Amino acid sequence: MRIGIDVGGTNTDAALLGDDNRVVAGTKSPTTADVTSGVAAAVAALLAAPGADGRPTDPAAVDAVMIGTTHFLNALIEGERLAEVAAVRLGLPATEALPPMVDWPERLRDVIRGGTWLCHGGREYDGRMISPLDPAELRRVAADIRARGLRSIAISSVFSPAAAEDEIRAAEILTAELGDVHVSLSHEIGRVGLLARENATIVNASLRELAEHIVDAFGAALTGAGITAPFFISQNDGTLMDIAHARRYPVATFASGPTNSMRGAAFLSGLTDCAVVDVGGTTADVGILVGGFPREAAGESEAAGVRTNFRIPDVLSLGIGGGSLVAADGEVGPRSVGYRLTEQALVFGGDTLTATDLAVAAGAADIGDKGAVAEVDRAFAERGLARIAERLAETVDRMRTSAAPLPVVAVGGGSVLIPGGLPGFPDVRRPAHFDVANAVGAAIAQVGGEVDRVHKVPEGKRDQVLAGARAEAIRRAEDSGARPGTVRVVDVEEVPLAYLPGGATRIRIKAVGDLDLDRLGAASTGSDEKNGFPTHA
Amino acid sequence: MREIGIEQLADIARGAGILGTGGGGDPYVGLLLAREAVRRHGPVTVVDIDEVPADATVVPISSMGAPTVLLEKLPSGREEINALRALEAVLGRPATHLVPIEIGGVNSMIPLAAAAQTGLPIVDGDAMGRAFPEAQMVLPGLIGVSNSPMALADDKGNTIVVRAVDNTEAERIARAVCVERGCQISCADTVLRGDQLRDGLVPATLTLAENLGRVVREAHAAHRDPVAEARELLGGVHLSAGKVVDVERRTEGGFARGRARLEGEGAVLELDFQNEHLLARRDGRVVATTPDLICVLDTETGEPVTTEGLRYGLRVTVLAAPCDPRWLSPAGLALTGPRYFGYDLDHHPLSG
Repeated sequence: MRIGIDVGGTNTDAALLGDDNRVVAGTKSPTTADVTSGVAAAVAALLAAPGADGRPTDPAAVDAVMIGTTHFLNALIEGERLAEVAAVRLGLPATEALPPMVDWPERLRDVIRGGTWLCHGGREYDGRMISPLDPAELRRVAADIRARGLRSIAISSVFSPAAAEDEIRAAEILTAELGDVHVSLSHEIGRVGLLARENATIVNASLRELAEHIVDAFGAALTGAGITAPFFISQNDGTLMDIAHARRYPVATFASGPTNSMRGAAFLSGLTDCAVVDVGGTTADVGILVGGFPREAAGESEAAGVRTNFRIPDVLSLGIGGGSLVAADGEVGPRSVGYRLTEQALVFGGDTLTATDLAVAAGAADIGDKGAVAEVDRAFAERGLARIAERLAETVDRMRTSAAPLPVVAVGGGSVLIPGGLPGFPDVRRPAHFDVANAVGAAIAQVGGEVDRVHKVPEGKRDQVLAGARAEAIRRAEDSGARPGTVRVVDVEEVPLAYLPGGATRIRIKAVGDLDLDRLGAASTGSDEKNGFPTHA
Repeated sequence: MREIGIEQLADIARGAGILGTGGGGDPYVGLLLAREAVRRHGPVTVVDIDEVPADATVVPISSMGAPTVLLEKLPSGREEINALRALEAVLGRPATHLVPIEIGGVNSMIPLAAAAQTGLPIVDGDAMGRAFPEAQMVLPGLIGVSNSPMALADDKGNTIVVRAVDNTEAERIARAVCVERGCQISCADTVLRGDQLRDGLVPATLTLAENLGRVVREAHAAHRDPVAEARELLGGVHLSAGKVVDVERRTEGGFARGRARLEGEGAVLELDFQNEHLLARRDGRVVATTPDLICVLDTETGEPVTTEGLRYGLRVTVLAAPCDPRWLSPAGLALTGPRYFGYDLDHHPLSG
């Protein structure tokens, strides 16, 4: 059996999946500031819930735990619990005009910048050296880093997604000098686009200490619940990383929340191509699933004002949720009571009229004390819910790409607000366990491998180059723990470089497969080797 | 005469993105370069074409290369100065003014960075009035101004001065040098005398870019329609609004070509691009062609969408705006019209 956990800002949701992939139980409990006790409480509640045989679940029967978390994104947004970073870039004499962190918001730059260094090294687009790496120069940088007392280093190098050697070599030189420091390498983190990739690497470096703390806290919570199975952390693209990887790459969790809820919705409904409406306490997120994966947003993404080049799900957020305030004219949101719903809503004995109260008053939901909303006019409540459905339908309509019929899957605790479906969308489903779809999404996550680099594609050799890149993506997925035979290519992007003769083409291929539970131990070793670089955990 | 400081740069970059008609490179890196140069060296003095003395030596400064490479291999920051100094050495006289050769895209920002570094004033205008893919596609070429001598500089400090037999040959040589030097070089070429600016430049395009960028920013912030306000400022026409439902790309003759399909307003709009948008067809009928400007804007924000950024599902509005009338002369169309890009059709006059 597998457990999926989604640690949100307000609630920690958990789901238990049987070996037949059916959801056996799902629970919701409050997130706590100390990480461990909230997760421990969620797991305890889940194991105590009646299982398939109506009895509590034996912790020893759990094969794996998958956790999605917003801790790291929230730490960046709050600007707290972040380490000062030494940012080292290889690329001189190129890149000098724009030093690392040049496009950061000042407040966050002041918190994170421990020092930036520009050094020789880096590659041209075709792999030729820009300038030779200079070990003596790097040893001087190491002395400087030591003098400033910095313990986490971000290394970026020009065109490292195509040629990683310089970053790896620089890491070896710096760690030989400095010993026990954290090193984050940009080619492991981002794609072509130096500033955005370097930014993500620096953010990652600033989160490394926190990542160790959080991962240990998760481990302690699971051990406390009697679970000895390995656990994994969800990444942005809906695939998993093992804990050794999660300690080193916390930044890869940033967009995992919406991804998990959309993948969970797909799984619970059995649909692979649909719109997903996830209604929470404060907002409703609308996204589109294509082939079982979220459609990705175009262009660069930002996290707390820092430009990165992660691919994140294309999601439109609307200020409508179960805790949304209801105005006198019946309009709902965007203000919300948020996590205080269970104290402030009328049905929970509070004095604030919320969207959830409308649902209860309209007879659409049975939550809390029905008597508390007896005063609310039923027609008013129904009009309010109709307006919510209308606005959500408009948002789904904006996201759709053709006039063809599009099924909609509604998930999240707040989806009780749309009992009658959405106007213009005859097929709206709210599957069983809709309220813990994000935890289910974590539990069913797969493992992936990706290739993203600029290839020279000679005339007539396109198929051969593409086949080679596909094979490499599949091999990378298997190296990361996917069961051979289950891996398939889910995304191919081919962009010829503009203004550039010679067939230079950027090829990005993503492959995913099922987690191979039989060789979980082997998987973590494999990923260490892949990184070609010792863990400094 | 006025000054451009850090505050104006983002608006100019946004407007230049729109005038780039899908090409010219995302001005983001250019914006950062100009911003850093102005931060270090102070604001840039801008002069109108009328304010430039007849005997002035006006040098267009630009970068050449692949936008994807510029995003990865950032410049050293000395390329423009090195190209300029190499050109001055063969001219035997110093530049008195700089000017953008191309207002569209990243090349609006490069000369601003160079002007901040050198302290030279920049002329409010450019040699295209938009973005074009090749170096000979400039108005000075129509009045017999040669682009040789053309000085090229890489990020390592190497410079080359090209003296070619004609403008197209210079473009080919520069392109080969560019690829050899890692697909990113800076150029100083097509030197103009002060009294040639009226015929050789599209006037006031830096101001146009700034106004365009500001109008879009302010309209979006005030929840008005940024696309409609951009269209009004450009004197353009609305071609279509909808969602990108298909993008097909291929490399042909060394250029990234492609076609995007857009569905909306009960019609299908097809956009052909080769670095820039070249042709728009609505329900199979041609509605706009190069050298008129075909601009793709994000429907909600009014931000420009480049051909490389066109992706399935994007919600965009397509506008067409008239090019500088000199491009519609027989010689202008021979350089930049649909036939130059391999289409068997004539320029399509814009109508609503």
